[in-house]
Amino acid sequence: MLREGVVRIPSGCAISGMMNKKGKCFSGEDIIKSIAIMHDRSNGLGGGFAGYGIYPDFKDDYAFHFFFDDDTVKETVETLLNKQFTIIFDEPVPTRKTKAIKDAPIIWRYFVQPKSKMVIQSGIPEEEYVVKFVMKVNSEIEGAYIFSSGKNMGAFKGVGYPEDIGDFFRLDEYKGYIWTAHGRFPTNTPGWWGGAHPFTLLDISVVHNGEISSYGTNRRFLEMYGYKCTLQTDTEVMAYIFDYLMRRQGLSLDVVVAAMASPLWMEINRMDPEKRELVKAIRAVYGSLLVNGPFSILVGTNQGMIALNDRIKLRPSVAATKGDFLYVASEESAIREICPKPDKVWAPRGGEPVIGLLENAQVNYNFAAGENERIAINS
Amino acid sequence: MKRVYAREEFCVGCRLCQVHCVTAHSPYKNDIVKAFKKSNPRPLPRVIVEENRPLSFALQCRHCEEANCTKACITGAMQKDPVTGVVTNDETRCVGCWTCILVCPHGAIVQDERGKKVAAKCDLCSGLKEMPACVQHCPNGALLYQEDESQVRA
Amino acid sequence: MTLSYLTPAFLIERDNKRCIQCKVCVQQCANEVHRFDEEEGEVLADELNCVNCQRCVVMCPTRALSVRKSPNEFRQNANWTADAIKSIYIQAETGGVLLTGMGNDRPYPIYWDHMLLNASQVTNPSIDPLREPMELKTFLGRKPDSLVIENGKLKEKIPPQLELDIPIMFSAMSFGSISLNAIKSLARAARQEGTFYNTGEGGLHKDLYEYGANTIVQVASGRFGVHPEYLQAGAAIEIKIGQGAKPGIGGHLPGEKVGREVSETRMIPEGTDAISPAPHHDIYSIEDLSQLIYSLKEATNYEKPVSVKIAAVHNVAAIASGIARAGADIIAIDGYRGGTGAAPLRIRDNVGIPIEFALAAVDSRLRQEGIRNQVSLVVAGSIRNSADVVKAIALGADAVYIATGALIALGCHMCQKCFTGKCNWGIATQDPQLVKRLNPEIGAQRAANLLRAWKHEIKEMLGGMGINAIESLRGNRLMLRGIGLTEKELQILGISAVGE
Ligand code: SF4
Ligand code: SF4
Ligand code: SF4
Ligand code: SF4
Repeated sequence: MLREGVVRIPSGCAISGMMNKKGKCFSGEDIIKSIAIMHDRSNGLGGGFAGYGIYPDFKDDYAFHFFFDDDTVKETVETLLNKQFTIIFDEPVPTRKTKAIKDAPIIWRYFVQPKSKMVIQSGIPEEEYVVKFVMKVNSEIEGAYIFSSGKNMGAFKGVGYPEDIGDFFRLDEYKGYIWTAHGRFPTNTPGWWGGAHPFTLLDISVVHNGEISSYGTNRRFLEMYGYKCTLQTDTEVMAYIFDYLMRRQGLSLDVVVAAMASPLWMEINRMDPEKRELVKAIRAVYGSLLVNGPFSILVGTNQGMIALNDRIKLRPSVAATKGDFLYVASEESAIREICPKPDKVWAPRGGEPVIGLLENAQVNYNFAAGENERIAINS
Repeated sequence: MKRVYAREEFCVGCRLCQVHCVTAHSPYKNDIVKAFKKSNPRPLPRVIVEENRPLSFALQCRHCEEANCTKACITGAMQKDPVTGVVTNDETRCVGCWTCILVCPHGAIVQDERGKKVAAKCDLCSGLKEMPACVQHCPNGALLYQEDESQVRA
Repeated sequence: MTLSYLTPAFLIERDNKRCIQCKVCVQQCANEVHRFDEEEGEVLADELNCVNCQRCVVMCPTRALSVRKSPNEFRQNANWTADAIKSIYIQAETGGVLLTGMGNDRPYPIYWDHMLLNASQVTNPSIDPLREPMELKTFLGRKPDSLVIENGKLKEKIPPQLELDIPIMFSAMSFGSISLNAIKSLARAARQEGTFYNTGEGGLHKDLYEYGANTIVQVASGRFGVHPEYLQAGAAIEIKIGQGAKPGIGGHLPGEKVGREVSETRMIPEGTDAISPAPHHDIYSIEDLSQLIYSLKEATNYEKPVSVKIAAVHNVAAIASGIARAGADIIAIDGYRGGTGAAPLRIRDNVGIPIEFALAAVDSRLRQEGIRNQVSLVVAGSIRNSADVVKAIALGADAVYIATGALIALGCHMCQKCFTGKCNWGIATQDPQLVKRLNPEIGAQRAANLLRAWKHEIKEMLGGMGINAIESLRGNRLMLRGIGLTEKELQILGISAVGE
């Protein structure tokens, strides 16, 4: 059977995420509990997590998490890595032997700094340099796969039920201020660890429930700008869309949201002329990045967490707040499991994002006047 | 009252209006072939297509407010209905004297000499429910059936 | 005069049990095939000049008529077919180029019919267009590399765009090649349905200025009727380099068709032939094209998108890339099945490539070069139905042009004799007696109905795919699968085979 990445495999899923907006770190135990309660939404063929703030000792280094098929390919990669980066520290990602998790690949992490001379030589910004390296490894080196590449954050994923994956990666021993989780229900059984969520690029991680019908359009647009969609999953494409719009185009979050889950034309026609012109331009220019079909995603970044639904809400998502905490999950039960008495619980409307930013976030997100009220949760 | 108005710029001179007029005034209102082959005598078309290519238009009785034909009719066969305004000829009373033809300023009455001599003229298809047959079957919207002359010009 | 070897191509059958001798057929055939014989008191026909336009058949009130292929046959010969033999007779008699109208009718494969669409099942819900919004709005024009937004406001306006409510426009057909009534029908339908029609190279008749907001004005090699007000009048300008039916060939409107109105509109003397040269004599290279594009933009204050229309030829991808870089905002590509009012038969049937491949190649090429967003792609050349539209957009088009389909909506019966000027349906003619057969009120309604019908069908297909905005279909080749195609064809189209 063809591996995921060679073929595209549709899947359904469960997602959950939580953050502390003051940036206070807490253990990964709760997120495992939360995703475990939605056990039936997964089928044991993929689970994963992303944690932010988990590497305080290496917070300025890019943390590369690798899957290797064998030692030979690991050596090949290390040669390449050494050419372009300085490895500050590396080790196997700590795991716990559990019954449920079998056939794990070699899982290794490297904390690296790009060689500044080479970055200058390449004539592209440092982040772009890192992205290029990730794309290159993932598309060209068979048997090696970088599944996490941001600073002070990391993804942990594999084949299995999410709670078993969490246990396997000993997430209870990490502390982070944002955690997201994913349980997967793919429609067939590739059994490849790279296919699980979250999907990440730099510090952007995406967990996603749904199947996007605009995949072909989104992908072909992104490919024009050097993104290589090696996994052929919707989630990978979502991560690249965020990366393209936020990092490469420097757009504010509300614009990103308006591109990905655009308001309907009948809503646009009711907007005031200035706003109408803006949203019209967004749809005209970034139409190929509109995400169509049912989806509910959770995007993590170093600055906060965003939850977004397709514009006609074909997939569930529920949000809640309690004190400094924000929760978003596919089902309310997943929130109540870890926060029995939230201050506020609501089901966001289709296309209406839930945005949780760290209080001290150095954001370049400049919300359009008047939008704050509607979309920022900490109001 | 509703009248039939002709739009010469769209009349293609096909004369389908005449075919359907004949049919509508025959005993076979739903069968053109029989209307033409079996009616005896076959009714004459009461719509007249005037043609001087490329110009053409279909003309029928205008159902005038002050209808000369009704005043001239010697037997009282030609009547204007006080309610609907439609001018009709009661063919049982018509003796075929052609006085009406003489006084009609539009030339809209035809001589029917196939059976008993009578003056045949448009009755706005009083027998049909919807609209006059000519209007209904004109293939190019060259006939309109309406209260006034608006929309007649394209 | 010597004997002509030409025999009738068609046989007219008149059911005498039904015929009522009403002479409607006599009146309607501009080729004078039917006649009323006073002596016999009956309508008779001589088929030699019959072109099978079906006008008499449709107009006959008793449905007494049918037109069939003539039963007369040459001796069977797979090589020297009747068409091949008759062409030689015509040329032996006239010594001239064979002319024809409408698009290539040869039995080449129709690739639209070798692609199948996807639909959602279980993993992804289909969407019901009757209950949920289904958006077809499309923008044609250059998209900037990025938006400049400040304080929630657009800081720089984006370049001019054509805004379409439905991704279908009426393709270029000039006044001269078709009647004013035909153009009026399309102009009104375009206005009613929120899309555009194209003047072709015949200039803009004074009655058409009121439809300016829905007009694309064309500038072709003959420059007929091109002046500042003309350029200003339209919503966009299209430079016509070539046409699918006759790539590499200019146009020729015979003097008989150049009456007073055509002469005024085209700005040429009455009764003279209107000849468009094969190339633009100020465009011998891509730099020249760029100059013309910018002259037109300059002349219209950079307020209108400029389109460049080319025929689909072998290296169309490279040409399109050049055109994008030359500054065009829209590229219109016309496939080898594209229609025409008049074209040399051998050119029409043997030059150019299918639009499906041209589109796939151009879209892929522009993406490889990272400039796909800089231009919009409009494709033409036999879009026959809404499924063709959907497939074209999935292959990578922004919108399509229809012309033959639009004319069929107006009554065209594909007799392919547009070049004779005797169109019995009032379309490809300037004869006042024939032109009036097309009432633009009825024509506009029919053309608008066609657009609306296709709109409903497109929405239905989109909904089935789980898509609720047309932009998510654009270039979404995963929605297509090839059937009965070779490995190579699949590769060029960039699609997988059915079952993959
Ligand atoms: S049917 Fe209509 S188009 Fe034909 S002759 Fe009568 S009025 Fe004219
Ligand atoms: S209205 Fe009726 S009766 Fe009068 S001309 Fe028309 S078809 Fe004949
Ligand atoms: S040319 Fe057309 S109208 Fe004339 S006989 Fe043939 S099919 Fe009928
Ligand atoms: S139109 Fe039909 S019914 Fe009339 S004469 Fe011709 S064939 Fe006969």
